[in-house]
Amino acid sequence: MKTQTSWDVVCTVDDLIAESGVAVWTEDGPVAVFYLPHRLPALFAISHTDPFTGKNVLARGITGDLKGQPVVASPLYKQHFNLETGQCLEDETVKVKTYPVLLDGENVRVEIPAANKESAVA
Amino acid sequence: MSKKKLIVIGNGMVGHHFLEKLVDTPAAADFDIKVFGEEKLLAYDRVHLSEYFSGSTHSDLAMGTAEWYAEHQIDLHLDEGVTGIDRDGQVVKTAQGEYTYDELVLATGSYPFVPPIKGNDNPHCLVYRTLEDLDDIRASANGVKTGVVVGGGLLGLEAANALKSLGLEAHVVEFAPRLMPVQLDSDGGALLKHKIEELGVQVHTEKATTEIIDGENARLRMNFSDETHLETDLIVFSAGIRPQDALARSCGLDIGERGGIIINDQCTTSDPHIHAIGECALWSEKIFGLVAPGYTMARTMASVLNGDQEAAFTGADMSTKLKLLGVDVGSIGDAHGQTEGAKSIRFNDEQAGHYRRMVISEDGKKLLGAILVGDNGPYDTLLQYALNEIDLPESPETLILPESEGGAPALGPDALPETASICSCHNVTKGDICGVIDAGCSDLGAVKGETKASTGCGGCAALLKTVVDSELEKRGVEVSKDICEHFPFSRQELFHLVKVNGIRTFQTLIRDHGKGHGCDICKPAVGSILATCWNEHVLATDHVPLQDTNDTFMANMQKNGTYSIVPRVPGGEITPDKLIVLGQVAKEYNLYTKITGGQRIDLFGATLSELPEIWEKLIAAGFETGHAYGKALRTVKSCVGSTWCRYGVQDSVGMAIHLEDRYKGLRAPHKIKFAVSGCTRECAEAQSKDIGVIATENGWNLYVCGNGGMRPRHGDLFATDLNDEELVSTIDRVLMFYVRTADRLQRTSVWMENLEGGLDYLKQVVLEDSLGIGAELEEHMEGLVGTYQCEWKTAVEDPEKRKRFREFVNAPEKKDPVQQWTSERGQKRPVLESEVEPA
Repeated sequence: MKTQTSWDVVCTVDDLIAESGVAVWTEDGPVAVFYLPHRLPALFAISHTDPFTGKNVLARGITGDLKGQPVVASPLYKQHFNLETGQCLEDETVKVKTYPVLLDGENVRVEIPAANKESAVA
Repeated sequence: MSKKKLIVIGNGMVGHHFLEKLVDTPAAADFDIKVFGEEKLLAYDRVHLSEYFSGSTHSDLAMGTAEWYAEHQIDLHLDEGVTGIDRDGQVVKTAQGEYTYDELVLATGSYPFVPPIKGNDNPHCLVYRTLEDLDDIRASANGVKTGVVVGGGLLGLEAANALKSLGLEAHVVEFAPRLMPVQLDSDGGALLKHKIEELGVQVHTEKATTEIIDGENARLRMNFSDETHLETDLIVFSAGIRPQDALARSCGLDIGERGGIIINDQCTTSDPHIHAIGECALWSEKIFGLVAPGYTMARTMASVLNGDQEAAFTGADMSTKLKLLGVDVGSIGDAHGQTEGAKSIRFNDEQAGHYRRMVISEDGKKLLGAILVGDNGPYDTLLQYALNEIDLPESPETLILPESEGGAPALGPDALPETASICSCHNVTKGDICGVIDAGCSDLGAVKGETKASTGCGGCAALLKTVVDSELEKRGVEVSKDICEHFPFSRQELFHLVKVNGIRTFQTLIRDHGKGHGCDICKPAVGSILATCWNEHVLATDHVPLQDTNDTFMANMQKNGTYSIVPRVPGGEITPDKLIVLGQVAKEYNLYTKITGGQRIDLFGATLSELPEIWEKLIAAGFETGHAYGKALRTVKSCVGSTWCRYGVQDSVGMAIHLEDRYKGLRAPHKIKFAVSGCTRECAEAQSKDIGVIATENGWNLYVCGNGGMRPRHGDLFATDLNDEELVSTIDRVLMFYVRTADRLQRTSVWMENLEGGLDYLKQVVLEDSLGIGAELEEHMEGLVGTYQCEWKTAVEDPEKRKRFREFVNAPEKKDPVQQWTSERGQKRPVLESEVEPA
């Protein structure tokens, strides 16, 4: 069976902050969108929830790269997460959710799996 | 498979600790556990018994709860004393019933020894052991004046404290020639006696009580063997303990000559199914009358039942550090120098009331033991030397001499033994670190990743780095001073690149002098350097992504993702109107409120989106940001100074406000704190600050590079009797030189220690201008002072900057659903993990 997905508009280009993240609310919960204009691709979306504490803070971390991987450092206890894969660099058993993200004109769209949409439960 | 039956007799501190440890093991699932306690109450903390008289209740002292026992399916029988054990049938008998067991653990503890003195059965002769005993003492003390404790040991002095808190005139009667004869020598005991007498407790040593009879002016009279006597209304015996081994005796277990249930290293008695732990147990002919060895036995026992073949109790360290009636007493290892050939070094300051003795080995290389009375400051260091058998420094006396120029030699990374714990959160030892380095970790990050060291509270970060660096250097690895993988430079070199080339953004710096895109190490460091050089707003577009979350949102992120707010209160001086506004704002946004250590008021629990509104209100009331979030000047603490104080010789408040206003907003490698005291009584504790100022009759004395952080350090006296202008220009130079040359996250204390030439060099540069940069340093500071702006004021007035504070940029009204609150002492606080309700 084919899984339904949808590309939700989560914000516009104006909301983004270069080399940093913003948090958006989606039907799959809080998502952190990062805009790294000096890279290609420049947009990344991962869960906003820090898996070590359960707090919604990842968009507020410092971005950068470690050994070539784009990463964000959690602002709470500084673990690094790969923005492409969600993998935690300090603990191989921990991974955060990642979402496909694209720029559609002025709109930033994030792909939310339909199965996770509250409205699609029925 | 049916479960085995485990019975524990005794519900004291050790019995309870054993259960706590056992339920954490897989073996817990194999046992049906029953516990019998003679007392009506659940296990409680006997070490702090005397607090019962200063307001603590059983529940404050309790170590577990009935719910905890229920949750772990432990069948608790309180107020049900065991009357007998049938070893053949493996049955425990009580007045209420009979219970079979497969394994039996005796944790029956000890009972107070009452010397065989005629008259000791008087109803006002009591003991000090249980909460019920304390109730009896309280009842007996009701309406009378005097109480005597027989026994000047640890517990006896605790009991004397209890009598004092009941309002009695307290006496201590000790048979030996000094107090705490087990732990102290005669000089130490004499000083302790003196100090305790100063506190109003009368001490009578070398007194043997012969009989207790009716008194003439009080209830009782104690007659002593030297023909003297003492009248008192009640007597508390605290003359030592005896193991509670009656039950074990009656069922024929092996008992020591002077009492105590004999156990082996696995805490097992002469019956393989019966075990004993704590003060009822006799191990290697020793009874341990302290709780720590009991806990060690409890842990061993839990491991043994969990099938751990290696588990063994191998003795315990009897070192103790206590505050008795407010007097510091410490005793380490062989305090009396009983080891053959042992020698002593003593330091006795009768003026200050400090007595210190080190017992060292015949060759002078190892510390065998120590005694401290009056000041436990050196205790932790001495204990490390003794426990880990570290070689003593060349002049071991410096360890107990008062701090002087140069101070006591610090324990360097090489001196620490393999067993020394570096990160206590994750229990990582120096040996573990060496192990992963040998296995291939070649930098700090790799060591952290492999061992998890410094990823808990982070308090050991600096120590971990010195250990890793030192170990790498030993293995011939060149330790890179590079700040991170993006810049092949130290912080000082980056500072020079920025300053000399006039670089104003991170992007330019990394493009011209680095590689990659930066990280959470180099970005904040460069952000700080740029702020020091050019003082642009931290939320200027180019600088936003460089900041740690605290700087980005100009507030401190707390554990639940909310923020705290600290307005500046220069020198701690605040008007009633401003105080009212703080209260009103805190109330409106339901913020937790606390006075900080730096004499300001911290408002906790604001969400991201509330921050600009709250600041708008605070700014309207005349507040400025306090930079509590930045590696910047935090506070200038002050006493009340000559304006109000009878002793103040200068206006410390005025100077503190002047200095705080001058240096506010200054970005530095680490946070910096000041204090100004109005006289040498030092009520502002200026010597524990990066910059400390103490008023003299003739001006100001300046202390530099102290701190009250993880490794506290008193500041060094830098210059004396300065006038106001000299004080400010000297501070300008010291701070600017620090900001330019220190390493990332390096405190002033470490910076100064690492400067080649140390304090003398710093004096040459600042006071004698040996580098000829004095004027430039002052000019640079003047420029920063002139370009100060309140970061919050600029932020709330700029709609673009305010946009940063939306919790979710597409749903401004949405509240973060994960934040849950509860209240404690009348204010809100984040729920603990254990209190979280499922969403």
